[in-house]
Amino acid sequence: MIQIKDLHKSYQMGSNSLHVLKGIDFNVKEGELVSIMGSSGSGKSTLLNILGMLDEADLGSYTLDNVSIKNLNEKVAAQYRNKFLGFIFQSFNLINYKNALDNVSMPLYYQGIKRKERTDKALHYLEKVGLADWATHLPSELSGGQKQRVAIARALASDPKVLLADEPTGALDTKTSYEVMELIQGINEEGKTILVVTHEPDIAEMTKRIVNLKDGRIIDDRPVNQILAKAHV
Amino acid sequence: MFDIERWQEIFETIGKNKLRTFLTGLSVASGIFILVILLGFSSGIQKGVKLQFAQDAESRISVWTNVTTKEYKGLNPGRRIQLHNSDYETINTKFEDEIEHKTALYNIWGGRVNYKNEFGNYRIEGANPGQQFIENASLTSGRFLNQNDIDEGVKVAIIGNKVKQELFKTEEAVGKTIKITGINFIVAGVFTDPGGEREEQRIFIPISTAQRVFNAGDKLRSVAYTVKMSDNFDEAVALSAAVSDGIEKEIKSRYSIAPDDRSAVRVFYNLEEAQQIYGLIDTMRLVFWVIGIFTIVAGVVGVSNIMLIIVKERTKEIGVRKALGALPSSIVGMILQESVFITAIAGFTGLFAGVALLEAVSPLIDSDFIKSPQVNFTTAVSTVLILILSGAVAGYIPARRAANIKPIEALRDE
Repeated sequence: MIQIKDLHKSYQMGSNSLHVLKGIDFNVKEGELVSIMGSSGSGKSTLLNILGMLDEADLGSYTLDNVSIKNLNEKVAAQYRNKFLGFIFQSFNLINYKNALDNVSMPLYYQGIKRKERTDKALHYLEKVGLADWATHLPSELSGGQKQRVAIARALASDPKVLLADEPTGALDTKTSYEVMELIQGINEEGKTILVVTHEPDIAEMTKRIVNLKDGRIIDDRPVNQILAKAHV
Repeated sequence: MFDIERWQEIFETIGKNKLRTFLTGLSVASGIFILVILLGFSSGIQKGVKLQFAQDAESRISVWTNVTTKEYKGLNPGRRIQLHNSDYETINTKFEDEIEHKTALYNIWGGRVNYKNEFGNYRIEGANPGQQFIENASLTSGRFLNQNDIDEGVKVAIIGNKVKQELFKTEEAVGKTIKITGINFIVAGVFTDPGGEREEQRIFIPISTAQRVFNAGDKLRSVAYTVKMSDNFDEAVALSAAVSDGIEKEIKSRYSIAPDDRSAVRVFYNLEEAQQIYGLIDTMRLVFWVIGIFTIVAGVVGVSNIMLIIVKERTKEIGVRKALGALPSSIVGMILQESVFITAIAGFTGLFAGVALLEAVSPLIDSDFIKSPQVNFTTAVSTVLILILSGAVAGYIPARRAANIKPIEALRDE
């Protein structure tokens, strides 16, 4: 699903340049649930941004679902993001003046899907994350866990190839974190490819594979005996 | 444009910032309001002044004589110059091609006029048929003077509407006999003049009759003409000037008047004055437009400013939208539409307020120089176009800014 070869990225910080990714080789097969770990500054967020087409690598190649991601203009990048990727953020990033249902139907709106169909699909995904009863509530009326579930429903709404989750449990307490992970595991079981960036070992243990990053290099890439979140809830 | 979702979003953001949007809108609304009021009054002034000119034909040329002030060819200053029928005829022949209407005039001021028990003092003017067109008079009943009246010296009178009202009240005037300085005249017509009551307090009688009954012989007080109007205003002015100049030279040579004597013969032509005043009005109109436009510009800058703040505030949201697949064009469209919407609503409010005020005030204004200030359709349409354009201009920079937001920066957790 994802092939990355010799990926380099540096940032210009004033006069000195910061080499963040120093040659990453990395493949993800369809249906995998991978966690990317590392301390802050290890380059894990940069890697995720490049995977999410929010940023572009200086060197190296990136292929997503057999499409080479290279020199995209803004318009094409937006279309690819919409078609291939679903984002889950640490701070949820829901639009605060739209209710849960409208938030979930947003990616569908940008796909140009008609209102009726949009609402049906969005409601279906809200149901999937167990929040159908909260469809008309504003984000401010939801708990952190509920917000993240809405965000997950939104990420799923466009039926993307890959879900990219950036510290999805970073703002949640342990119990809620596990609930969210349980949901993510469930979605993975249905065959969706998911990448999770995290620095929490217990969360990483709930994925199927851990990739450890340090100073812009992969130092460790190992499969895990997945711990089911259900057992901890 | 007709996307419900888009509109919902605009109303939601406006709803969140009612006061701010209101204040911004106010600046646009007052800009348009001021523009409309200024334009209304400038068109009012234009109409008022046009009406002032309408009391006489626009291309009227009047010739008056007075005393000489300079000695010339051995003649002393202080000579009174008197026009005669022969002068009138000579000018007529000489400028036959340029002249449209012509009249010789002999008038007395304050002639006593009786009808039964009613009487009044009016200006009595001996004139030719051309006087009707030169004075811009139109008949409400009867007829004007005709060539036969002049040739035969018939005692007929064409009275002004005001004279008719004072002497005849509601009675029919045409065909009745009135006494002018004790001499019987038959009323042949009643005229109105766009110049109003002052111009309608006059009585026209045939020039030949006037010279006879007032013992004037072949003397004339003045002569008046109109030149053939060309469609081109500047050409008409030039023609008027040339004819005026020619008439002045002719009379000066006939009566041996110094060429630089400015008081002995006076030739006025309305067009010159009209041109100056129209020029003045055009300048005024231009100044009004400029003031109005700059007021709108101030408002537009306000809107632009607010939109920039809105974009700044919504940076994160725009970043999320882009991450979810929003095209740059849809972001630009969103901001532009909001900006055009705010300016349009505010602008229309100002437009309607301005028009309403003009409509309310218009009947109360009673001045010779301002007549029914109004904005016409073209002005309203151009204001609306300015509005939509300025909304788009106001939104453009913020919209570009929004489209350039990088999702990665917008989504970075602080």
